[in-house]
Amino acid sequence: MKKNLLILGAGTAGTMIANLMNRRLPANDWQITVVDRSDAHLYQPGLLFLPFGHYSETDIVRKTADFLPKRVVFKQAEIDKVEPDADGVILTDGTTLSYDLLVIALGCRTAPEETMGMLGPKWGENIHDFYTLDGARRLREKLETVKSGRVVVHLNEMPVKCPVAPLEFVFLADTYFRERGIRDAITLTYVTPLSGAFTKPKAAKKLSHLLTDKSIELVTDFVVEQVDQEGDKLVCYDGREVHYDLLVTTPTNMGDAAVRRSGMGDDLDFIPTDKHTLQSKTHRNVFVIGDATNLPASKAGSVAHFESETLAENLMRHIGGMPLLEDFDGHSNCFIESGDGKALLIDFNYEHEPHEGNFPFSFGPMKLLEESRLNHLGKLAFRHVYWNVLLRGLPMPGISRHKKPPTW
Amino acid sequence: MKKTIAGKEVDVNEEGYLTNMSEWNEQIAAEIAAEEGVGTLTDAHNKVLQYLRQQQAAGVALTIRGVGKSGVVTIKELYDLFPGGPLKKSSKIAGIPKPVGCI
Repeated sequence: MKKNLLILGAGTAGTMIANLMNRRLPANDWQITVVDRSDAHLYQPGLLFLPFGHYSETDIVRKTADFLPKRVVFKQAEIDKVEPDADGVILTDGTTLSYDLLVIALGCRTAPEETMGMLGPKWGENIHDFYTLDGARRLREKLETVKSGRVVVHLNEMPVKCPVAPLEFVFLADTYFRERGIRDAITLTYVTPLSGAFTKPKAAKKLSHLLTDKSIELVTDFVVEQVDQEGDKLVCYDGREVHYDLLVTTPTNMGDAAVRRSGMGDDLDFIPTDKHTLQSKTHRNVFVIGDATNLPASKAGSVAHFESETLAENLMRHIGGMPLLEDFDGHSNCFIESGDGKALLIDFNYEHEPHEGNFPFSFGPMKLLEESRLNHLGKLAFRHVYWNVLLRGLPMPGISRHKKPPTW
Repeated sequence: MKKTIAGKEVDVNEEGYLTNMSEWNEQIAAEIAAEEGVGTLTDAHNKVLQYLRQQQAAGVALTIRGVGKSGVVTIKELYDLFPGGPLKKSSKIAGIPKPVGCI
């Protein structure tokens, strides 16, 4: 009888690992099954651009099945819970899927209900988010109607998926309002619970000017106790208030609800995972990848990509009874839109904060931690790389899962 | 880099956060608290500092939600104890790294 590799989630991480394992596991011995509630795959980095009309929905949504190898069984279903002691996953229709090896790639979701007053009558009216397709779509419609007033971009708490996206949003909003000729009629404010827009010393030193150059007000150390929908203001635990006409918030992020039903997560429903091997801390035949982990790494596609290489190797080692590679170093790499058709590129891991240099290799054409048009073009080109190379688990020349240490 | 705090030479980063939590002691905490405008440390402050150090030693990421749910202190009380920047100040006084974003 064939053995079963079961992958929960067909987002970036789940799709990549299905492709990598398809090439490694002999079809005669292993069945690979992927479960997801949706049959559509969303290019999530595109959600940042959608509200500004740069992308249409057809650019960023594709059919999930088109990115999975033929041999992989795709099952569109809602997961009720995982029973890791019984090696089974129960679907909401009552079906049980048993597994020999489980990969949890359920990602994370926004949880606006975690903040008092955020989900109220004005959610979707003058309180918006751009982390879901529906949210980004409604925000696009709203932005078109804005002519003046206080636009507040808010980060509720860490960790969030793509942690720089709220800051990128505020930079892109500055450009957007300027191009529409109404920037002078708008105050743009960035509100964060952290101690600054940039919290790491090298980045803070090099990039803090971006906010002042663009006349973006910064409010720091601001933890929202409640959103006062009647007064249209954010209220901090220490009594400070920030008024808005339009609030673009990044709500608390949490793991998938099935994780809580399974009793496998922490306070935020993220799964305790070994930060170097990606094995679950509680079950040896359960591995976790991408945003679903509790790793102290960024929740980002590039992280899932680097993790997928370590994970594919470790799944094979687990099957072969060999010691796991303690290999994942927290490597993250991403483009950051800074407005005006420019972007930054950052590269870091558990040990090294984002630093200056060249990329890829140590001499490539792109500059790290510096604004350039080339970086912006790189970010735009990346959408094609995502669909055609990354999701399919194909090698990306010059980009290694191990971070290259800074060279000075 | 090295810095002398309360008569002891310790390793700190560019922002004055201790890089080795085992070099910390209560006198160091008191001196950083004064520098940060927190004033004299009370039992309530010390309970928070001990909690933060235990969490850090256990490898648990410091979040305001985690502190708020710890039963040691509510988020409001944390703001009262460490006005202006509860997490950045309490972590600095506790001799542990500042909670940061990815950049």
